[in-house]
Amino acid sequence: MDARLANEGLTPLDPAYVTVMRISTLLMAVPFVIAALAGEIGGMLPAGAFLVPMVFAFALLVLLVPLKRFNARGYDISDDRLRVVAGLMFRKDTVVPFGRVQHIDVEQGPLERAFGIARLVLHTAGTHNASVVLPGLRHETASEMREAIRAHVKRETL
Amino acid sequence: MSTHAEEMAEGWQRVHPFAVLVTGLRNIRQAIFPIVIVLFGSQSIGGMRAGVVLGILLLILLFNVGGAWLAWRKLRYLVGESDVRLEQGILSRQARSVPHDRIQDVSLEQGLLPRLFGLVEVRFETGAGGKDELKVAYVTQEEGERLREVVRDQKEAPAAMPATTAQGAEEQVAAQQPPAQLLFAMPPGRLLTFGLFQFSLVIVALIGAALQQVEFLLPFDIWDIDGWEKRLSGPGQWLSGLGWLSQIIGALSGVLFLIVLGVLTGIGRTFLRDWDFRLEKTAKGFRRRRGLLTKTDVVMPAHRVQAVTMGAGLVRRIWGWHSLSFISLAQDAKSANHDVAPFAQVREIEPIVREANFHLPAPDTDWHRPSPKYRFDTALLGAIPVALVGIVCLFFAEVYWLGWLLFAFAAFEALRQHFLWRYERHAVDATQIITRRGWLVPRTTMANRVKLHSVEISQGLIAKRRGYCHLVFGLAGGSFAFNGLPLEEAEAMRAAVLDSIASVDFAHLPR
Repeated sequence: MDARLANEGLTPLDPAYVTVMRISTLLMAVPFVIAALAGEIGGMLPAGAFLVPMVFAFALLVLLVPLKRFNARGYDISDDRLRVVAGLMFRKDTVVPFGRVQHIDVEQGPLERAFGIARLVLHTAGTHNASVVLPGLRHETASEMREAIRAHVKRETL
Repeated sequence: MSTHAEEMAEGWQRVHPFAVLVTGLRNIRQAIFPIVIVLFGSQSIGGMRAGVVLGILLLILLFNVGGAWLAWRKLRYLVGESDVRLEQGILSRQARSVPHDRIQDVSLEQGLLPRLFGLVEVRFETGAGGKDELKVAYVTQEEGERLREVVRDQKEAPAAMPATTAQGAEEQVAAQQPPAQLLFAMPPGRLLTFGLFQFSLVIVALIGAALQQVEFLLPFDIWDIDGWEKRLSGPGQWLSGLGWLSQIIGALSGVLFLIVLGVLTGIGRTFLRDWDFRLEKTAKGFRRRRGLLTKTDVVMPAHRVQAVTMGAGLVRRIWGWHSLSFISLAQDAKSANHDVAPFAQVREIEPIVREANFHLPAPDTDWHRPSPKYRFDTALLGAIPVALVGIVCLFFAEVYWLGWLLFAFAAFEALRQHFLWRYERHAVDATQIITRRGWLVPRTTMANRVKLHSVEISQGLIAKRRGYCHLVFGLAGGSFAFNGLPLEEAEAMRAAVLDSIASVDFAHLPR
């Protein structure tokens, strides 16, 4: 995680999140790889026209970008609000007070489940930021956070 | 399904029987084109007898009215203890329930056709966006009023008097009904002035579109310029032979005609939409009535107003004519905001804003401008691509002039950004966040600090490098942002606003 984010008192995400991002990028690249390979084998592309750029693109997209994105992300949960920071190129720094949370989701895709991480989604009534997503939490952490927010909402409503 | 009598005993109701007629007639109006096609087709076939044509027409009529009757039979609604329910559908049934608590506003709408039968359409807005409303199409005027009252009473009584018993609350509500207070109205004279500013050439576009629809009926192609030239060079030759003076007069009268047409359209549209415009403050909230042919009657609780916007076009503002609209979750005739005073002086607007629990920015408001860097970057981003294209144009003799035009455009964009830098500003005061935006239609928007849902600081690539950012607020039913302010300022404002938001839980927001 960036030194700057740590200075702001933000908590880093779970490192497994990097792996999950890498695998999903790989999966997304599969159709392109097949198409390019077919082109090269079929002789439509000159030899190496596919291999060389692909190695570069892979190094960048699969190895570097997820790590950078991970480093740019962080969150901070205090007793009445959650702050979520994300974005490599377009930085977004969102704060949601628990008093404005309408409902809370903890979501897991198959990949995330395999690595034991989850996404925490806070829904608000605002038109902008109607749902604020915090990915890459350990599943237990996400559940704990949900309980904490829920308890806060319940206490305030009583 | 239980019998009709049993349903009635449970409180289920059907809409007015005349609704069958109104819906049927409306469907037929939509079916006019197929009917015309049938008539045309029978003509071209020639051999078809009148009886067959009549039979087909009767079938269409039967189909429409019969369909409307079936739909009427299968539609029922109920105002229950805690919600409004509506069940409809002939083949696939749909049952919708809207809790009283979630109703944003109730509106009565009366088109021309239903009006002839004294019927209204009642709509319950929940704020889930246009299509998710609950609509009871065509009940009598009295039933419409009753529906509205029933819903309001059930919704407001418990919230307003939590301590008293239910019976006491009812009495209090009954006693607490002061007469409606008229906040704003537009007499015909005002409407006429308003209409003058509503200049619109939409009718020209409409005629053009209509021509395109029926052009297959015309004996020539109206978009064929060569054809026009040929036609004019024939018998129309005299036109070009008249000399330059009469040509100028001709052109001028053409322009004059367009202007008169535009003004008349503007006045006509304004009269149709805003005839007898009245905004009242009642015990239930704001009530707005307007419309000449299609009458609408909307009631919106004051606490549902999330933000207010006051604006004025560049020309209107010379005479001080502003407009005021409310931003809420509910929608108003497809626009997100509710017009509450479309054409008024500031002194008329001020009391309305106060009734909605907002206030116009005080003279001593601590205004902030966006960072000059933000304006500079925006101006560059807008002007440079245009100027580049202009430079390319300079190298080609045929489009030489276009280059200078593009330069002028780029300069204009830079000037516009300079104007915006001088004009646009934002502020956070004790209870509100305020922005002043725009150049053609400058407007001031005020939102309540407590009624926001989230606060975000966002930065793009350039913004990050140059140290400014956008502060975006989560407002229910609209967007609200301070653009291009310095990062430290944004962080301070966010902290202040967040403290006001967090101090009141959603459940305790006035509702």
